[in-house]
Amino acid sequence: MQLGRRLILQGSLAFAALAALPRAAFAAAWPKKAFGSTAAQQAMIELLGKVQTTISHQIALRVPEIAENGAVVPVTISTTLENVESISIVVEKNPRPLAATFDMPPGTLPDISCRIKMGETSDVMAVVKTDAGIFSTSKKVKVTIGGCFG
Amino acid sequence: MASKIKIKTKLTGDVAEVKSLMLHPMETGAREDPDTAELVPAHHITQLTFANNGEIVMVANFSTAVAKNPYLAFKFKGARAGDTMMVSWVDNLGATDELETTL
Repeated sequence: MQLGRRLILQGSLAFAALAALPRAAFAAAWPKKAFGSTAAQQAMIELLGKVQTTISHQIALRVPEIAENGAVVPVTISTTLENVESISIVVEKNPRPLAATFDMPPGTLPDISCRIKMGETSDVMAVVKTDAGIFSTSKKVKVTIGGCFG
Repeated sequence: MASKIKIKTKLTGDVAEVKSLMLHPMETGAREDPDTAELVPAHHITQLTFANNGEIVMVANFSTAVAKNPYLAFKFKGARAGDTMMVSWVDNLGATDELETTL
């Protein structure tokens, strides 16, 4: 009886270890559902598990006030928040609001620049996930010519 | 085929600044072909990975909303001159490209 219990216990532990494995591999996969979401809130839930973020002044989001060409909008995000796990760019009024998300291993500085497309004038939100929670800041970018439909 | 990735790195102490540019159409799937009036299918980079000496320092996940010929700049600590930086991407059609460079 005792032996049987021990075996079951070991078995369940092995099963738990196996179940944990694909999860770790999955974390690095492209977040298809989040990118496919057509609403910013849904994208946030798919990517980060929740919509609520803490507005933080420790995040610096640099975007142009007016983007003449929505096909190329430079975005720079840096933060003094510690233990950053990921940085994401959400453009509220884009057909697919989640533009990009960057996984930050320890040692990589939370300071990134890239260029995105914007369909129309919209708030651009920088979402920073740290071990302490999810923080964000946003800025409005006026778009004169949209960059999504060509 | 020659790599269509361009990369510039700059070392300041142990902090490396990486600036990279990929040549890629980044089609959204919502654009009409001006000649045929048909939608151009989506074709975009999904994941871009940087590894320094085999250790991943950055994973960027892109949607169609990243501009054509994507540009990405970032910084990481713990770099040394002579380190090998490997950049690779994969797109939604399964195409890949990679480039190796030395810091």
